Amino acid sequence: MVDDEPNIVMSLEYAFKKQGFEVFIARDGGEALEIAKDKIPDLVLLDIMMPNVDGYQTLTEIRQTASLKETKVVFLTAKNKATDIEKGLKLGVDDYLTKPFSIKTIVSKVEELLA
Amino acid sequence: MSNYALVFIIILYLMVLFYVAFLAEKNNRSKWVNNPYIYALSLAVYCSAWTYYGSVGIAANSGVDFLPIYLGPVIAAPLWIIVLRKIIRISSQHKISSIADFISLRYGNNRFIGALVTVVCLFGTLPYISLQLKAVSETFEIVTDDTSYVATSVWDHTTFYVALVLAIFAAFFGTQNTDASEKHKGIVTTIAFESILKLVFFLVIGVYVTFYLFDGTSDIYERISITDNFKELTTLGGIEDGFNWLLMIALSFFSIFLLPRQFQVAVLENNREKHLKKAIWLFPLYLLLFNFFVIFIAWGGTITFGSAENAEYFTLLLPLQNGNTFLATLVFLGGFSAVMSMVIVSTLALSTMVSNNLIIPYGFLDYFIKNQPERNSKFIKNIRRVSIFIIIISAYFFYKSFSREMSLYSIGLISFVIIAQLAPSFFIGLFWNRGSSKATIIGLIVGLLLAFYTLVLPFVLQAYTGTDDFIQHGFAGIEALKPHALFGIDFLSPPAHAFFWSLSFNLLCYLVFSLTSKGNYRERNYAEMFVDSNNFTNLQDNALVWKGEAYVADIKSVLVRFLGESRATRALRIFFNKYDLPQDTQLADARLINFSEKLLTGSIGSASAKILIASVVKEEQISLIEVLKILEESKENIVSNKVLLQKSKELSQLSSKLKDANQELLGKDKQKDEFLDTVAHELKTPITGIRAATELLMDEGDDMPKEVKEQFLKNIIQDSDRLGRMINNILDLEKLETGRLSLNLTKNDIQKTITRSITGLSQLAAKKEIQMISHNVHSFELEYDEDRVLQVFTNLISNALKFVEPKKGKIIVDFKMGNNELEISVSDNGKGIPTEDHDYIFDKFYQSKHQNTIKPQGSGLGLAITKQIVDKHRGKLWAVRNRKEGACLVFTLPFK
Repeated sequence: MVDDEPNIVMSLEYAFKKQGFEVFIARDGGEALEIAKDKIPDLVLLDIMMPNVDGYQTLTEIRQTASLKETKVVFLTAKNKATDIEKGLKLGVDDYLTKPFSIKTIVSKVEELLA
Repeated sequence: MSNYALVFIIILYLMVLFYVAFLAEKNNRSKWVNNPYIYALSLAVYCSAWTYYGSVGIAANSGVDFLPIYLGPVIAAPLWIIVLRKIIRISSQHKISSIADFISLRYGNNRFIGALVTVVCLFGTLPYISLQLKAVSETFEIVTDDTSYVATSVWDHTTFYVALVLAIFAAFFGTQNTDASEKHKGIVTTIAFESILKLVFFLVIGVYVTFYLFDGTSDIYERISITDNFKELTTLGGIEDGFNWLLMIALSFFSIFLLPRQFQVAVLENNREKHLKKAIWLFPLYLLLFNFFVIFIAWGGTITFGSAENAEYFTLLLPLQNGNTFLATLVFLGGFSAVMSMVIVSTLALSTMVSNNLIIPYGFLDYFIKNQPERNSKFIKNIRRVSIFIIIISAYFFYKSFSREMSLYSIGLISFVIIAQLAPSFFIGLFWNRGSSKATIIGLIVGLLLAFYTLVLPFVLQAYTGTDDFIQHGFAGIEALKPHALFGIDFLSPPAHAFFWSLSFNLLCYLVFSLTSKGNYRERNYAEMFVDSNNFTNLQDNALVWKGEAYVADIKSVLVRFLGESRATRALRIFFNKYDLPQDTQLADARLINFSEKLLTGSIGSASAKILIASVVKEEQISLIEVLKILEESKENIVSNKVLLQKSKELSQLSSKLKDANQELLGKDKQKDEFLDTVAHELKTPITGIRAATELLMDEGDDMPKEVKEQFLKNIIQDSDRLGRMINNILDLEKLETGRLSLNLTKNDIQKTITRSITGLSQLAAKKEIQMISHNVHSFELEYDEDRVLQVFTNLISNALKFVEPKKGKIIVDFKMGNNELEISVSDNGKGIPTEDHDYIFDKFYQSKHQNTIKPQGSGLGLAITKQIVDKHRGKLWAVRNRKEGACLVFTLPFK
């Protein structure tokens, strides 16, 4: 999961680890790409507004990386305007989830996507 | 002692039990109630009157043959860590309410299997309860009329009253709560209490017999070894006996898992998986202690009375013979405890099964759906109470018709054999995902029929016809069909024999039909879930093959009910976008069903989500319990979400207020829009953090270690503070920008203001060991708004504090006097301002990426506000460019 907000990340990490997922954390897009290319995750939960490399750039880069073609990417962001969602979907995101969220919803979406 | 005295003692005892249960329910969160010892002791409900009295009987008559039914559980105990833990996990995930529920769920939530298992459990438990009744009534007679006890006494009035008392007690005790998946901490604690009592009293009588009536274990041993068939009783008699033992051990191994009362206490009442670790050795230890004196009591009794007749009640007869009524009463109470706990837990488990898997699905579904929840729950409770009554009264009739001639031991084994029929579908189903429902049903029925034929039919016929022709000559005289010696295998005891044949055929059918037939998708999904329960969660269902009809509009209305109009609309829009479907699609497909179920799961839980969506999709009937669960869950959700709703309501009110204010005052639309977006975005971040942590605490709070809980709570506080600060800052900024803020200009000494702000931050600086120096500052009076300028200093200095390194950091406030303005600078030796950011640092929500702390602490509005304040004082604020090290911010304050 990629987010520069440590509190949110802490909660998400706990919830997913409890469900048996292996979780890696990145604070910005750059770190995320590094970790992703190394560990080849099944799914990336991606914030958009982050320092250095933002979510859009990260997504584009992932989509252009061959080793990550099976990896699903889900936006998890406070940007919820229709234009934002369209932009995300156009860039090829697999799902678009907004903040604030219910942890149960996130977990079930992730599991649905990884089914 | 007289009848009445003993009845009085019994009533006293029952009151004590009630009180224990009441205390336990009241303090149901305390350590006294939720600990591994209570759990392990509750497992000892396995030891009923059978253990208490029956074992001695068997020991006296057949030597060490009483041991196998305890070896099974002892062997099973180490396996609990794997097997039982898995069962517990699955059961709590799916809110399982009984073993019938469990098996039925494994095979695709199959209603018929649920009913079938219930019937098996009913048949299996009935004899068991009747043996308890037999024990209580016979021991009651012994203690109250010790001079004339005869084994074939025809006193059955007592038994009937005993049965009645038990029925009333159990019916009331066990049915307080309609949600069968809720824990019954009161009952469990009572059971644990009774386990202690029965063990203690049995040990007391053991010690009494061994060390008081005789001179210790060696004394008894010497005196018994000179009797006739001693050798026979203490050794295994060759291969045949070996087989018997093996089968008996297997039988009890299954029973410790499958008996309804064991499933109830071991699985359903377990609330901490780690309690298993203690139970693994505590429970065998308990069994060991209990059984230690059995053989000595048996021998002691045989020596004293000269024969092994009535050996079952040696524990009473021995003290009574020595005039020790007190001890006999204690023993009686111990036995009574054993009976009580067995009956209470069994009837609780059975009544739940009967109402959930037999009566409700096949009877009153329509009635329930139309009715109201409160009345429904009353109705369910009554169904359960009535079933408990009927079960116990039936057990009484069983006792009256058949049990008088049979020993406690043999009745108990009938139960075991019947219950063991669940073994193939239960155990294999846990580890093999090809086990199918069809195989289960056929295996169960075949096994049951065989068990009946070989075990039940013989004694039923014998009781009715008075002859044992059937046993001797078999069905229609065919030798190979002799019920106790099918196909010539005549060296096994009847129970072992029945167990062997019934289970072999049961297993065979199960395997054959599992390999040759495939279940439907639903069944296979559940099978996967069970077998692979560590990685799956209950959200894995895929509605791949689904024949039903549903309209998007219907589904949407369900979604709206729980998500609200806008969220539901947005969700559907995303869904249609994702799958490239037109936004006005009418018919829903399987993917939408799945999608909607997942959406709702967050609000109301997966089981309820499935049910609700299913109710809209005309596919299958809902069971009443499920509907009730939805209503109960929704209620809970509403209550616990109130706090969050309140907070977010307040925040949205606030942000709409901000919106309005801005709209009025600012004319610049674009600027306004951007600002609002940013504000909303910034506000959402801490809100998200709060919500996530709160949700986790709510859902997982019980299982969280203390430090983790505290961390999350700290996070919530931190985010709330942040939110507060942000809101304050935003309001400040608004006032400043729109010019609504008027400065409170008074003559003030600038030195005092500087000192005040440095002092204010000195503690923080000291903590990080950062130096704060003021340079050239001297007293000077001019007109300014003290509070606001203080705010400026505080902001600049605290910014500097954020960017310098602890211990090495240095912040200097410098003071220069010009002709008609003061120039004050705040410089530091920290990371400095990156060149690319220079033009933006005074913008709203600018936050440097290079802050020392990882967590963004400010709201990003500090500098913007500072600039506003300085501007309002007609001063200037800027950052020095091209500095070698650190940042330096300068502002001027003009004066006349």
